[in-house]
Amino acid sequence: MNLTVNGSPRDYAGPPTVAGLLDFLGLEGGTVVVELNGALVGRASQSETPLRDGDAVEIVRLVGGG
Amino acid sequence: MELKTLVIAGRELRSRLFLGTGKFSGGAAMAAALEASGAEVVTVALRRVDLADPQDDILAHIDAAKYLILPNTSGARDADEAVRIARLAREATGWHWLKLEVTPDPAYLLPDPVETLRAAALLVKEGFVVLPYINADPVLAKRLQDAGCAAVMPLGSPIGSGRGIRTADQIRIIVEQAAVPVVVDAGLGLPSHVCEAFELGADAVLVNTAVAVAGDPAAMAGAFRLAVDAALLARRAGPMPEGERAQASSPLTGFLR
Repeated sequence: MNLTVNGSPRDYAGPPTVAGLLDFLGLEGGTVVVELNGALVGRASQSETPLRDGDAVEIVRLVGGG
Repeated sequence: MELKTLVIAGRELRSRLFLGTGKFSGGAAMAAALEASGAEVVTVALRRVDLADPQDDILAHIDAAKYLILPNTSGARDADEAVRIARLAREATGWHWLKLEVTPDPAYLLPDPVETLRAAALLVKEGFVVLPYINADPVLAKRLQDAGCAAVMPLGSPIGSGRGIRTADQIRIIVEQAAVPVVVDAGLGLPSHVCEAFELGADAVLVNTAVAVAGDPAAMAGAFRLAVDAALLARRAGPMPEGERAQASSPLTGFLR
């Protein structure tokens, strides 16, 4: 399926959940936070949140800042 | 002037020096500076993960048991973006304190007062402890306090400029009117700037760039810590009054008669 992840289009064939995508990208679900089509996906629900063709996913994390 | 422990939103804080974590050369340099600063409140930001180079989580270098993490909403250009970042930050940290900043103008990073006030009202309603970064505007500070903010964070000069406190008269008025702590934030480039903030009556200061880009960040963090201690000790000791004319400190009689 086609996803837009952090602004870039990407073809994705893995498990159709947010947790599956994070795994595929080599990101630990415990350290990043995800928005799906503009809505926050809580960490606890990453593995139950399905992805669909055309979804926009934002993956963010804490970085240094003032 | 009496000086009690700093309390924000019911939480006693052990240091009046807040430290930002941006611009450090690496996690180890940052951790050493945090340790040397004695700070408890530590700010972080939230950004898109670079999928080509995912990097470590900053929290890997910050002992969450020792520090109070204060995520900011940097990058927000309006209230809606700030609220969106705030919710993500709460999920990322598991913690509901927030340094609210709405800075639509990239040249000076001056905060938008209208959007900041609008975001503050929304976020307080959502249960956040909101510490808004503002221009040193006493009327806005009061409005934010009335909206339920836990502190106000007026700027000394633009973020990262190191220009010190160019807003002294307004900060003095904010302090005079504030029922919540006043944290002077932004532009503090030298330990003397920190002393000035406390001389104006500030309750705390936030420093980032001045420490992070110093030749020896940990040593500079120690210098800022000493500046805070010196300023607080002086405040407790009771500073002398300022006068227009000389007041001789030696006896006023002539040398021999």
